[in-house]
Amino acid sequence: MPTPDFASLTVGDVVAERSFPLTRDSLVRYAGASGDFNPIHYRDDVAAEVGLPGVLAHGMLTMGLAVQPVVDWAGDPGRIADYQVRFTRPVVVDPQAGATIDVTAKVGQLDEAASVVRIDLTVKVGDETVLGKAQVRVSLG
Amino acid sequence: MNPELQGRVLPPTEPYLVGREKVREFARAVFATNPINLDPEAARAAGYADVVAPPTFPIVVQELTLAQLLAEPDADIDFSRVVHGDQRFSYTRPVVAGDQLTATLTVSSVKSLGPHSIVVAESVIVDADGAHVVTAVSQLVVRGED
Repeated sequence: MPTPDFASLTVGDVVAERSFPLTRDSLVRYAGASGDFNPIHYRDDVAAEVGLPGVLAHGMLTMGLAVQPVVDWAGDPGRIADYQVRFTRPVVVDPQAGATIDVTAKVGQLDEAASVVRIDLTVKVGDETVLGKAQVRVSLG
Repeated sequence: MNPELQGRVLPPTEPYLVGREKVREFARAVFATNPINLDPEAARAAGYADVVAPPTFPIVVQELTLAQLLAEPDADIDFSRVVHGDQRFSYTRPVVAGDQLTATLTVSSVKSLGPHSIVVAESVIVDADGAHVVTAVSQLVVRGED
């Protein structure tokens, strides 16, 4: 896969955008794949008991999918040098309607000496941001 | 929770062997579409021994260390009150199927914020040769009694 050309990047460039429609099935699949079987991610009764507005997506699922547009843009997953997020708002997944997570990846900072680009992610459900300080450092050297 | 946990280093976890089908299962679950995550041929063509795990896969290994922390007899952490605040991964290289990984957790800090405690746990993950692969850092908020 082609590597993005560092020299052609400018702070503010949108390098990738993708929408992820989640259903309850997505949560069950992630629970099995990750081993996180906390029932707040698949049982309405348990979610209600602990005072949540509904069944929630795993924070680590949101973090895991939000970086995927950047992995594809970078071409090689090995170019991801660092990835961090803050979990600012839970993602409620309706049993029928699900939830859609919209990801926009923008150039936030360019470190020319190291050929490292910081990609800043905007991760939203509707108008609400669900991840804060979501930053991926991609090494293009 | 117990503030004296700060600075504690837990024993290394048992080695975790990264399976090809586990990587593919995890990749599908996080909507990965890059062939290097899914197809061994594409991964080999890119210079890897086997399929490459998605960036957040190390959580599976880190989780073993977080379970150790919660099980510390004097930790006094009520799991039902734990909220994941921040997460960070810093990579030397990506995880590849066939890796045998071992993780060691250090409690970097324990702070109080009103009735809540904020714990930062850093898990260093190394391969069978002891070489660094990735460090996973979680900030956990333990909510105080309401």
